[in-house]
Amino acid sequence: MTLKSILTTSAILGALTSPAWAQTEITFWHAMGGSLGETVNQMATDFNASQSDYVITPVFKGTYEETLTAGIAAFRAGEQPNIMQVFDAGAATVIAAQGAVVPVEELLTEYGSGFNSEDYISGVRNFYADTEGMMIGMPFNSSTPVMYYNQDALDAAGVPVPSTWEEFQEVTAPALKDAGFTALSASLLPWTMTENFYSRHNIQFATNENGYGDGTTEILIDQPEIRAHFTAMQGWVEDGYYEYFGAGWGDNQNPFEEGDVAMWLGSSGSFGGLLQTADFNFSSTFLPYWEGINAEPTQTFIGGAALFAMSGKSDEENAATAAFFEYLTSADVQYGWHRDTGYVPVTEAAYQLALDDGYYEEKPTAQVGVQQLQLPAGEWTRGYRMGFYVQVRDVMQREYGRILAGETTVEEAFQAIQAEADDLLDRFARTQG
Amino acid sequence: MKRAGFRTISLPMLLLLPQLVIIGIFFYWPAGWAIQSSFYLQDPFGFGSTYVGAENYTRLAGSSEYRKVAWFTLIYTALVTFLSLGIALLLAVKADKVIRGAKTYRTLLMWVYAVAPPVAGFLGLMFFDQNVGPITEFLAGLGWDFKLGVNSFDTATAMVMVAVWKQIPVNFIFFLSGLQSIPRSVREAAMIDNKSGTQRFWDITFPLLAPTAFFLLIINITYALFDTFGVVDTLIKGEPGNNPITLVYMVFRDGFRGGDLGGSSAQSVVLMVLVLILTIFQFRLLERRIHYT
Repeated sequence: MTLKSILTTSAILGALTSPAWAQTEITFWHAMGGSLGETVNQMATDFNASQSDYVITPVFKGTYEETLTAGIAAFRAGEQPNIMQVFDAGAATVIAAQGAVVPVEELLTEYGSGFNSEDYISGVRNFYADTEGMMIGMPFNSSTPVMYYNQDALDAAGVPVPSTWEEFQEVTAPALKDAGFTALSASLLPWTMTENFYSRHNIQFATNENGYGDGTTEILIDQPEIRAHFTAMQGWVEDGYYEYFGAGWGDNQNPFEEGDVAMWLGSSGSFGGLLQTADFNFSSTFLPYWEGINAEPTQTFIGGAALFAMSGKSDEENAATAAFFEYLTSADVQYGWHRDTGYVPVTEAAYQLALDDGYYEEKPTAQVGVQQLQLPAGEWTRGYRMGFYVQVRDVMQREYGRILAGETTVEEAFQAIQAEADDLLDRFARTQG
Repeated sequence: MKRAGFRTISLPMLLLLPQLVIIGIFFYWPAGWAIQSSFYLQDPFGFGSTYVGAENYTRLAGSSEYRKVAWFTLIYTALVTFLSLGIALLLAVKADKVIRGAKTYRTLLMWVYAVAPPVAGFLGLMFFDQNVGPITEFLAGLGWDFKLGVNSFDTATAMVMVAVWKQIPVNFIFFLSGLQSIPRSVREAAMIDNKSGTQRFWDITFPLLAPTAFFLLIINITYALFDTFGVVDTLIKGEPGNNPITLVYMVFRDGFRGGDLGGSSAQSVVLMVLVLILTIFQFRLLERRIHYT
């Protein structure tokens, strides 16, 4: 047999036999580390075991920022994964780049068994949708900021958990300080103390319908309400009620877990992790609000991340992606994900399942995020859509850090954020030209 | 005198080719791209781009934040270079005098050379940790409420200390071998002329070390400017926040983390020009005053 004939024979054999066991393989880049990553891996394993046509491979790519960067670089090189997890702040960049992703609504209509946005809980529908309301990203690990509190610490201080910042400042924090605790720490200030501060008080965050409309958007950050809030926070630092531990998420969560700090603003998705790490009684409640700003506080909006189906893939692979999305949003899987991690269930069916199962009677804390997302809506509670927003958040982090470390004044900091953010938004608008 | 040389042009070209190809692919090509994209505003995914002329540059010139970072980079580079050279020279002079157990001392001093910058950064993180860091605790004992990642002066101090610690062994090795290559006869002659050890060092030893010191100066400036990226990134845990950052880190932050390729390219072109100026300056001005033996 000549070499040529061997090659020909094997090619024919290959062509004949491969369809019998050929499974479509797809890749999924995500930013879920630690125990969350294990849950994602388990989810993928379960999906692969649940059917025989598709195989999904999850790949951990680092932080949210690193995952987005890697995905963009891969896309430019034509090596993009089928599914990429993109966090809230990066969503605008991806949605604006028309052609980079297949909208989930299109994907499921074409390759799956249809799409109905009514299936998703209200807070989730809009955030990853385009200007016409078409859902582009598939909400995945959806969370919202809530306030965790150490029940033992509050008992020691003899105060209830505060619902307003006024109560926090006048009653809770002084009592906790006397009991030997730092009252508060908070992770990711642009999210917990800015974006959701605007939503909770129903204040407009950006022109152009918070950035959702067509046209140039300007942020509305140099505003009296938020300035007053950070002036108050500056006072809390001086009084020893609040401590800023740095820009990293964990830096601010650790002191709460260690029991030094009594209350912590974190993500509803931190619940699963806290169950494992905190050795005291803890629970969570709604994000506090200023009664002086809005006596009828509104809902917060969805954060966390969504899954985007990258474009430029074959029909078979898109079908596999659609199948995975449908598996992911099935009520059972969503409920399991919700229980394991604390992220909110994204579909009405999954939420109903959790209710029927009596899960919230057993763990009331797990419901706080969902309930907060379903508080009365307002004109400005839908979220925001701004490009180069990762950089805008970095500017906020920088100036907030400077305020809290006493390196600048509140007035100068917010002027700087306003100017730099508008410059970035203007630049982003022009990249689309 | 007969000049040695190649008879044809093809052979030397062939021998040079591998190096030229590498320089072309890994330096000129990306550098060309950087220059080009610095005149555009680009969609991160590469769909749209708009020609904006020199806007990316004028924006840098008008940015107070960029000036702050540039100023910090200057101070940081000067401190890292000066301290790592100074401490290494001191250690080398002392190690040169040790007779018993010299090898052990030298090996111990060179050890750190094997540590990669990000690893050095991680070690720094542990030592300067807000809660359990031994250095933080030591400084607290001195009344310094050291807060890495919160107070930017403290963060900068940690960055300088880690970067210097990491660089000392390289300088030490070079200084030590420089010292050992100074002829014994010269030293002995100097000893007859002058009893003061300090004066002998500045009059005889230091000028003879100048070629080594000059070489190390270049190496250390580039190290502080560029190679400390890993130290910076790990010490600030990848979160720029209000932490001090260097110009190279800013290129990374804006371009890779932030997706602003045009703005980031302009920054890297500025750095490229800076390196060019530095090189010309060093070779034109400093090289003339250094006497190689």
